[in-house]
Amino acid sequence: MLFHRPETLENAIGIMQAGPVRPLAGGTDLYPGLRDGPPPAALIDLSRIAGLRGITREDGGWRIGATTTWTDIVRADLPALFDGLRAAAREVGSVQIQNAGTVAGNICNASPAADGVPALLTLDAEVSLAGPGGSRRLPLGDFITGVRRTALGEGEIVTALHVPDAPGGRGAFVKLGARRYLVISIAMVSAVVIPAQDGTIGEARIAVGACSAVARRLPGLEAALAGCAPEGIATVVAAADLSALTPIDDVRGSAGYRLDAVREILGRVIVAALGREG
Amino acid sequence: MSLDQVTDGLAISFDLNGERLSLSAPPAERLSEFLRERAGARDVKVGCNAGDCGACTVLVDGLPVCSCTTAAAQVEGRRVETQSGLAKADPDGQALVAAFQRHQAAQCGICTPGMMVSAVALLREVAEPSEAQVQDALGGVLCRCTGYRKIIDAVRDAKGSASVAPGGVGTAMARVDGLPKVTGTEAFGDDVAPAGALTLRVIRSPHHRAAFTFGDIEAWRAANGLDLVLTAADVPGVNRFGVIPGFEDQPVMAEGEAKFRGEAVAAVVGAGERLAMLDLADFPVRWTPLPHALTPEEGLTAALLHEERAGNIMCRGLVQRGDAEAALAGAAHVVEGDFSTGFIEHGYIEPEAGFAERVGDRIEVHCCTQAPYMNRDAVAKVMGLAPEGVRIVPTAVGGGFGSKLDLTTQPFLALAAWKLGRPVRMAFTRTESISSSTKRHPSQVTMRLGVNADGTLAGADFFGTFNTGAYASWGPTVANRVPIHASGPYRFADYRARSVAVHTNCTPSGAFRGFGVPQSAVAQEQLLDMAAEALGLDKLEIRRRNALTNGDETVTGQVFDTGMGILDCLDALKPHWDRAKAEAAAFNAAAIGTKRRGIGVASGWYGCGNTSMSNPSTIRAGITADGRIVLHQGAVDIGQGSNTVISQIFATALGVPVERIERVSPDTDLTPDAGKTSASRQTFITGNAARLCGEALRAQVLRLGNVSEAAVIEITPGAIRLTDGGAERVVPLSGEGYALEATESYDPPTKPLDENGQGDPYAVFGTTAQMAELEVDTALGTVKLLKITAAHDVGKAINPLLVEGQVEGGVAQGIGLALMEEFLPGRTENLHDYLIPTIGDVPPVDTLIVETGDMHGPYGAKGLGEHCLIPTAPAILNAIADACGARVHHLPATPATVRAAILAAAT
Repeated sequence: MLFHRPETLENAIGIMQAGPVRPLAGGTDLYPGLRDGPPPAALIDLSRIAGLRGITREDGGWRIGATTTWTDIVRADLPALFDGLRAAAREVGSVQIQNAGTVAGNICNASPAADGVPALLTLDAEVSLAGPGGSRRLPLGDFITGVRRTALGEGEIVTALHVPDAPGGRGAFVKLGARRYLVISIAMVSAVVIPAQDGTIGEARIAVGACSAVARRLPGLEAALAGCAPEGIATVVAAADLSALTPIDDVRGSAGYRLDAVREILGRVIVAALGREG
Repeated sequence: MSLDQVTDGLAISFDLNGERLSLSAPPAERLSEFLRERAGARDVKVGCNAGDCGACTVLVDGLPVCSCTTAAAQVEGRRVETQSGLAKADPDGQALVAAFQRHQAAQCGICTPGMMVSAVALLREVAEPSEAQVQDALGGVLCRCTGYRKIIDAVRDAKGSASVAPGGVGTAMARVDGLPKVTGTEAFGDDVAPAGALTLRVIRSPHHRAAFTFGDIEAWRAANGLDLVLTAADVPGVNRFGVIPGFEDQPVMAEGEAKFRGEAVAAVVGAGERLAMLDLADFPVRWTPLPHALTPEEGLTAALLHEERAGNIMCRGLVQRGDAEAALAGAAHVVEGDFSTGFIEHGYIEPEAGFAERVGDRIEVHCCTQAPYMNRDAVAKVMGLAPEGVRIVPTAVGGGFGSKLDLTTQPFLALAAWKLGRPVRMAFTRTESISSSTKRHPSQVTMRLGVNADGTLAGADFFGTFNTGAYASWGPTVANRVPIHASGPYRFADYRARSVAVHTNCTPSGAFRGFGVPQSAVAQEQLLDMAAEALGLDKLEIRRRNALTNGDETVTGQVFDTGMGILDCLDALKPHWDRAKAEAAAFNAAAIGTKRRGIGVASGWYGCGNTSMSNPSTIRAGITADGRIVLHQGAVDIGQGSNTVISQIFATALGVPVERIERVSPDTDLTPDAGKTSASRQTFITGNAARLCGEALRAQVLRLGNVSEAAVIEITPGAIRLTDGGAERVVPLSGEGYALEATESYDPPTKPLDENGQGDPYAVFGTTAQMAELEVDTALGTVKLLKITAAHDVGKAINPLLVEGQVEGGVAQGIGLALMEEFLPGRTENLHDYLIPTIGDVPPVDTLIVETGDMHGPYGAKGLGEHCLIPTAPAILNAIADACGARVHHLPATPATVRAAILAAAT
């Protein structure tokens, strides 16, 4: 068994390049995924690379290091734009999972029910990757390509997420589950609303999780909400075309129920993101 | 090789509970395994290996994490704290030890380290946490026993200083066995194996039904450096076990055909480290999947699972009196419906585990079990030994609820240790535990209930079909018990209840808290509400009008002169019912959003002990020359508190302080048979044996001192001092072993049932009525429980705090049954797809203890364990219907199901 624990990104990329090796950070997806089988023959622990962890201000926005934990996000001093992400962070499994699980781990695991993804989508997050061929950056929506599939190339790792500023923006998030803690969502909705001067919606960004292979933004609904007064939200949501969502029937709920519930939650989350009582 | 690479055998240096350690290990070994097996920290418990249960929580640099999802090498240079260290040296840890004891926040104790470690992290940040803060901090640790409420109380009261005095019957004293549970020193099934024991793992069928043949097992064994492979061919005795005489039908390892997914076909034994690196999917077995049946409908027409059982019908049950059909025809209203419940997993946080070793010509098995003597006899048959050739030593049991009555690890361990002459250990993985252990029977009930215009019950006809799985287990018990209980605790002159248990290719259904009664109550108590609606009658009132009282005949024709306390329970609820009804009405009148409140009530009853069958308990006790009082207490305490209750009863009967009692724990070599821990029988039956034993010993002492029954006994080294009025006597104590001793048994008086199910099946029934208050979000179908009020007639509360603990834990399981739990073979075989309630899902529970006494129970006490969850689910379902008009017939009432029922009710 090989277990690498580099302390610099450079070393990490070198190790990734040298041969097949599974990345490990919080371990909260890797170990459950082993089921009752043995661990992988080679692992690289990314949690000791100081530069990969933490939230920092950068030009035009924020940088969230890849191994930033959900607890780091809960405890960070962030503007209301991040309220949805913070709420999502508190819904990731449990305190134990939040203390270990990382933001990059959540997006790389690429579960349709990944708790962090809808909020990150509404933050217009971009993903920085580093690998043998250098670095690149792409929108989160392009990074997750399917169920358990990402755009990660051979030997690449995620180094950070980037969230652009959105002055006046406020986020909100609701996860629907069959119990209070430690639950895989039936459906979840995240929103960021940037209000206009007159109290109407200036810009709305909406994402829905656990209702399609990859969590999705709803551009049609977002366009319909622009310029909408708070009193008009219910009407717009009621008329929204949700055909982009393709939920499945599973033990957590039927497809029909998911669509029905999502429409209800959409209204609540958008109102909350506008800073009103839900 | 880069400088920052770690490979096997390199040391990992870290700080464990303040001590610097450097230990070599495979670097990706789970931290939980590393701490338990290499650092000796067996206070770290493993419940799931997937981050789903939190039992393995430790602090790494002060933050709680699941050690099962952390690599050992990740703690290099870090500070790790575990429960045993915190209990010893951390001020918050020490405060929690006292608070957990004071509040009885530990029942079985398996989740306790995870709970307390998480709580320490909270208390370091927040000195006086709110309930919500405690829930957030402990939400990652699952508990199946307590219902969480006493844990919340203990954490919030960590700084408190109240003390709990010990005492006899009626005293809410702390558990006599509590301290090890709250200090991390309790030894459960996987905590007792000696160093160097080999490890065993079982090869199980991945198919619901499949024929199989083995490849070259010996070559595979040798290639992988293992010590032994076992198959059915290695069973020296009878490759069959079971729990009901005549129904021993389950092989230890299948022969040629596996009948359910998860059935054992072989076992492999080797060094633990070697097995950990082995992918058992490579084991040389070829499967040929065969057509399978997963439901009773499919089972009735499928190939026979057991040749002698036509139509795959394992057995039927019947209770009838009067003429149900005629009564229904003449009723003012008849309500009817189909109801169903799914497989329910016991979900104890301790997977089945143990170790065995050969000692001369005997085999000793140390394991978590609810039934040591039954285990002994069953293992002996498998091994081809006399019962005396087997010793079962129960470890602490991390939850049981019925499933640890059956054989699990025992025969594998016994076979392997016998063959190898070395100690062999094993612990089921969580998936293995869920896929292969017994379950609550799925039920399909069709019931008709007739009422007269005056609100009295006219008659009922009940038909229940139970999916009993591939093997019998306790299926016959369920089939017999349900027709007796499906009436609820009500008067019926005309009644018919039939049940049938059908084999399928599912894991065996067996014993689970209530033996089928919770399932029948889901139908019967909902129909009772529907009948009340048809009559326009209050739902508490319809139950009061029909409640059995002393002198009434039950549906089996049994008459109780004392102890039928259901009316007392309903009356205890009345003020709460009136309050809640008014509050819900006020809320709904003002409601403008999507939330509506509802209240619901349901009753329950349960006969304590075996149905019309002998089930004695025996208790032995002695007094030594040096004045020790030793109680051989063989009733396994699986968290419910029998160690404490039996000690309190015995101490009271003997007339000595309970803290003077030393216990010899269950061990088939050391304690007489106190029967199995099931059917709510220990307080009642073993309690009676303990009372008789205490009284017999007291009588000996009094006789020797020639004093009256009123004498006060003081047992001291070398002598017993007796004070009788003004007179004082001294009885000297001398000799080896016990200077004085007594052994007494108790077997409850019952009478067999005739062909119509008429007779006296139980000496004692316990009764209960519970009330649920909740809020439904009608747009989403989500249910938020606000409060459960639970009235229980326990006859006499031997330890009122233990009563509350049983009630709260039972209620939590009832909540799970009602709202979220369903085992689907092959689909929900872990604790993130199979959901049990978390600390955020159990509302405040107000326990109303009713004590109507009982002519048979010790000091009037009755059993309680099963009763607690029987009314919970129907009370919740009735409250959902009250809130939004949606009647849920098919459980669980998940948000999707409730929402569908709301939509159906609106059309």
